Amino acid sequence: MNRKKLQKLTDTLTKNCKHFNKFEVNCLINLFYNLVGEVTERQGITIGLDRNAFRNILHMTFGMTDDMIMDRVFRGFDKDNDGYVNISEWIYGLSVFLRGTLEEKMKYCFEVFDLNGDGFISKEEMFHMLKNSLLKQPSEEDPDEGIKDLVEITLKKMDHDHDGKLSFTDYEQAVREETLLLEAFGPCLPDPKNHPQLFHSHPRADGNSHLVWPRKDGNCI
Amino acid sequence: MGVALTRSVQWSAAGYGTRTLEITPLNEAILKEIIVFVASFIYKHPQEAKYVFVEPLEWKTNLDPSAFESGYVVSETTVKSEEVDKDGQPLLSVSVPHIRVRSFGQLSRLLLTAKDMKLKEAQACIEANRDPVTKILGLDYNTMKEDTSVVNILDKITKDEDPESEIKMKLGMLLKQLDLHLLNHSLKHISLEIRLNPTIVKNDIELLKHFSGNGEQTVLESIDYTSDYEFSNGCRAPPWRQIHGEICYVLVKPHDVETLCITCSAEGVFLNGGKTDDEGEINYERKSEIYKDLVTFLKERSAKFSENMSKQEVRFSGEWKKREALKEAPKKEEAAALQKALPASGKSVLEKNYINLGKSQMTKRLQPSLNWKATFDFKEHKSLLRDTQEEKHGGRLERSGPPVSPRRSQLVRKSAEKIEEIISESSSESEEDEEPPDHYQEANAGLPSEYWQIQKLVKYLKGGNQTATVIALCSMQDFNLAQETCQLAIRDVGGLEVLINLLDTDEVKCKIGSLKILKEISHNPQIRRNIVDLGGLPIMVNILDSPHKSLKCLAAETIANVAKFRRARRAVRRHGGITKLVALLDCAQNSGEPAQSSLYDARDVEVARCGALALWSCSKSYENKEAIRKAGGIPLLAGLLKTSHENMLIPVVGTLQECASEESYRTAIKAERIIENLVKNLNSENEQLQEHCAMAIYQCAEDKETRDLVRLHGGLKPLASLLNNTDNKERLAAVTGAIWKCSISKENVTKFREYKAIETLVGLLTDQPEEVLVNVVGALGECCQEYENRVLVRKCGGIQPLVNLLIGINQTLLVNVTKAVGACALEPESMMIIDRLDGVRLLWSLLKNPHPDVKASAAWALCPCIQNAKDAGEMVRSFVGGLELVVNLLRSDNKEVLASVCAAITNIAKDQENLAVITDHGVVPLLSKLANTNNDKLRRHLAEAISRCCMWGRNRAAFGEYKAVAPLVRYLKSNDTSVHQATAQALYQLSEDADNCIIMHENGAVKLLLDMVGSPDQDLQEAAAGCIYNIRKLALATEKARYT
Repeated sequence: MNRKKLQKLTDTLTKNCKHFNKFEVNCLINLFYNLVGEVTERQGITIGLDRNAFRNILHMTFGMTDDMIMDRVFRGFDKDNDGYVNISEWIYGLSVFLRGTLEEKMKYCFEVFDLNGDGFISKEEMFHMLKNSLLKQPSEEDPDEGIKDLVEITLKKMDHDHDGKLSFTDYEQAVREETLLLEAFGPCLPDPKNHPQLFHSHPRADGNSHLVWPRKDGNCI
Repeated sequence: MGVALTRSVQWSAAGYGTRTLEITPLNEAILKEIIVFVASFIYKHPQEAKYVFVEPLEWKTNLDPSAFESGYVVSETTVKSEEVDKDGQPLLSVSVPHIRVRSFGQLSRLLLTAKDMKLKEAQACIEANRDPVTKILGLDYNTMKEDTSVVNILDKITKDEDPESEIKMKLGMLLKQLDLHLLNHSLKHISLEIRLNPTIVKNDIELLKHFSGNGEQTVLESIDYTSDYEFSNGCRAPPWRQIHGEICYVLVKPHDVETLCITCSAEGVFLNGGKTDDEGEINYERKSEIYKDLVTFLKERSAKFSENMSKQEVRFSGEWKKREALKEAPKKEEAAALQKALPASGKSVLEKNYINLGKSQMTKRLQPSLNWKATFDFKEHKSLLRDTQEEKHGGRLERSGPPVSPRRSQLVRKSAEKIEEIISESSSESEEDEEPPDHYQEANAGLPSEYWQIQKLVKYLKGGNQTATVIALCSMQDFNLAQETCQLAIRDVGGLEVLINLLDTDEVKCKIGSLKILKEISHNPQIRRNIVDLGGLPIMVNILDSPHKSLKCLAAETIANVAKFRRARRAVRRHGGITKLVALLDCAQNSGEPAQSSLYDARDVEVARCGALALWSCSKSYENKEAIRKAGGIPLLAGLLKTSHENMLIPVVGTLQECASEESYRTAIKAERIIENLVKNLNSENEQLQEHCAMAIYQCAEDKETRDLVRLHGGLKPLASLLNNTDNKERLAAVTGAIWKCSISKENVTKFREYKAIETLVGLLTDQPEEVLVNVVGALGECCQEYENRVLVRKCGGIQPLVNLLIGINQTLLVNVTKAVGACALEPESMMIIDRLDGVRLLWSLLKNPHPDVKASAAWALCPCIQNAKDAGEMVRSFVGGLELVVNLLRSDNKEVLASVCAAITNIAKDQENLAVITDHGVVPLLSKLANTNNDKLRRHLAEAISRCCMWGRNRAAFGEYKAVAPLVRYLKSNDTSVHQATAQALYQLSEDADNCIIMHENGAVKLLLDMVGSPDQDLQEAAAGCIYNIRKLALATEKARYT
């Protein structure tokens, strides 16, 4: 890709993205193309990260382990559902993922947890997401008993309209009361304990250094 | 090993001939220890290994002669060792199946040869040789073990010199060590066992019966005794089985297993051989391991039982608690018996029981070890039982028990050091003075449903991953954590351990959730203590370093709650918490908040607030105040004081107020311009904030500059106006305190009068708590130093309530009241009122108060009273024994009391008649005795008193005789001019006596007096001149006499 085109792409994406500045967008674009590899752009072929490549990033960089959640995160990124995360999806996704406001994150997380996309998190979906969350107790006859109970506990906590499933309103209200419930059914946001360094630490001209992702020791892509 | 073998090892009761060792875990453990000892003997003590036993150890071996290799002469059925004794006899000889061994060296080798037959050989050896020590060392040495004194052993060594006996001695000591080791070892084993008694078993069975029957929900199909007859002692086993400790036999039919025939004995519960079909006889032989109780046994045997049991737990547990209580009762009796039986050494208990053993060997079998268990096993019961309920071992065995009474723990401590290690933890607690005792829930109090829900959540906390943990934590927050039931439920189901454990992980969300709960439940004093016991504080202190602000906040807030008692505060300091907390205060300073804070993060101001909150709690300990200062906390607190957030200001001012008790802080507070902000916050709306500000001013206003600062920053007006609101007593106490201290400065008093504070203060003299009264009266005492205010107080009717307060008992209050009354008495009109109210008599009786401060203050107050009262002399005389009392107070050793009493005497002596009385009571020698002092205040009043007392009879000469004159002369060298005046007066009076003049002259008084004549003070001039005149006159007279 030539320089001019890159410049233009950066400009458009920066305009559409409120959480990253131009420098950061630039870094992420470079990162994206590094990850995708040198594929020449041709008409008709989308360039993007496929499910596996993306899951690899989630695992290596953000320390995610839950397969199902990672799939759902991919779905969350892949807005147009074409099986690839393209450059604008990448930038937009990461802006929520890394810098999103609570509202954006709630929306994103709810989409991740709403497995069938019907606008509700049902008991079955919860069960599905929580099924590996308890250690098997040898004394218990039915290992699913605990999970079912956990689902009930969660519903009791979050289901404000008592219809046996979580609507976005339920979820939003619960999260506003207790932020810890944002990732109630599995970690789908970067773990606050490891801050990966996504932006190369060139000294910044505008001095807006606090916008740069914290420069802690972490994995660098 | 003798003692251990006879008493700890469990011999089977099978027969009277050769008894065998039972296969129990205890015996096995002891045998193993012995094997380890013997096997390593040849390497560790090569010399002693060669020692030849007095008698060989003989037993039947299972070893094949062919197993012996080099070093032995082996034939078909015999083996002889190549090693021989002095007489050429082999040290080891086998003629199948008999074996004879005569040295430790050979024993060691034998065990090596035996390989995996070791245990059997050792057992056979011990069984055949019931007293191996006697055989090894001979009879006389075996007695040694009875008297433990080293002296005795030394004695023996010195008596017989030959090397063999020395080795024997060493060997004896080694064996003794082993013996002790075995005893200790077996104790550990025994302590893990449980002892049942008929009541417990009966209750268990009754309970299980309740939950038995047909249907899926019951725990068992049926449970029945084999015998309907119950003996008076509660046992159902036939008497000849009871002596083996067996209590009863039950037939249990669980849902999923065949009928079980179970023996319940004192040692525990086990499966027996079952009922024989034909005669209904029971085969008593043990067929299974021993379990500690019936439920544990059945849980192990029947899956259905354990499943249904956990369902029934709700109903079961109430009963369960009852059972625990029952279990404790007999234990206490046992423990009481033990107290008697427990003199200095643990061994003697064994000895004593050994006597029992002799008397009724069969019934009292194993009694000693069981007794032991009764004491230190006691605490473990509860937790063990609780653990069976939750099916999880929390590792909190020792702590969860009820505190052992200090007396008992002391006793046990004395008895044996080893045992102390097991229980010491609980006794160390009793040192803590401020901590309330731990109550556990009443034995049969019905548990609320929250308890079980919390238990379930804790289970998920333990067994869940991060997601499940967060859900459980969030759900737990929905309980009413301010309620004690929930707080204790969390602790009792082992939740505290888990919550604290979570703090040690890297999961930020779990830590946040856990701290949110800990923060709430740590309002409970017992939970605080548990958190400290579980080592929660160091972890929380570490979290203060976390990059996540909300974590810091929560940790600091929790620390603020926990650090309400001394031990916790100390722990915070020891782990460097103070420095970290002070660092939190710094957060708000760099006010540039980042535009985008991370999701779980709080604001900087909040961090600082939480830090201040924790410091406030910590600042109640002196060392912590120092630590805060050293960490640079004062400027930071001063900085935070400039903010206008009330919830930030309260902890900040609270900390400052707490710390202002230290001089260093008061100086710093002045230097950091903190007073200005304190005054500013007096005008706040928040009552608590006002209270703490006033309190801080109260603490600091001892210092004159600070008092001036309060006035300069306009602090007096708000203080005066706060007096009008009397509903909040804490605040009122703080405000009146601040007014009291501020009114020590005259300028401030003027201001207060301007603000009409004095009238208000007088109004507060009635119907207020003592803390307020002390301050109000103190303030009035200061105000009344001025004439206008005295009049004001009288006009407002303040005298009566003040005099009424003279009948109090509060020491501080009395000091202040006497001072105030004394100040009022300066004004004749007020004095009349005081006199009419009999105030002088009340003051006089306070001279008998035990506190020197009160005495002194009362004596000072009496001075103006006597001065201003009409007919003072008559009044003083009217107090029966009053004068004698005053004179006797001159024997006090408190300088302030002495000075005040001298002043009172000065006033009393103005009346000739009274002077005569006190002279009779011996005032002159007592005053003279005080003359040698360096205290200027005392000097002044003493000199005044002396000068007054000179006015009677031959007191002048008497002062000379009691050697008061020479010290008085030295007073003239003092730097205090008021001392000079009083002394000159006294000397002038004394110089009327010729002998005194001579003494004065000898002590160089003339020169000093000549200087005084040049003083601007007229009275001093006059007195000094008069004295010189008297001395000179005497000199002239002598000269004249000489020449004529």
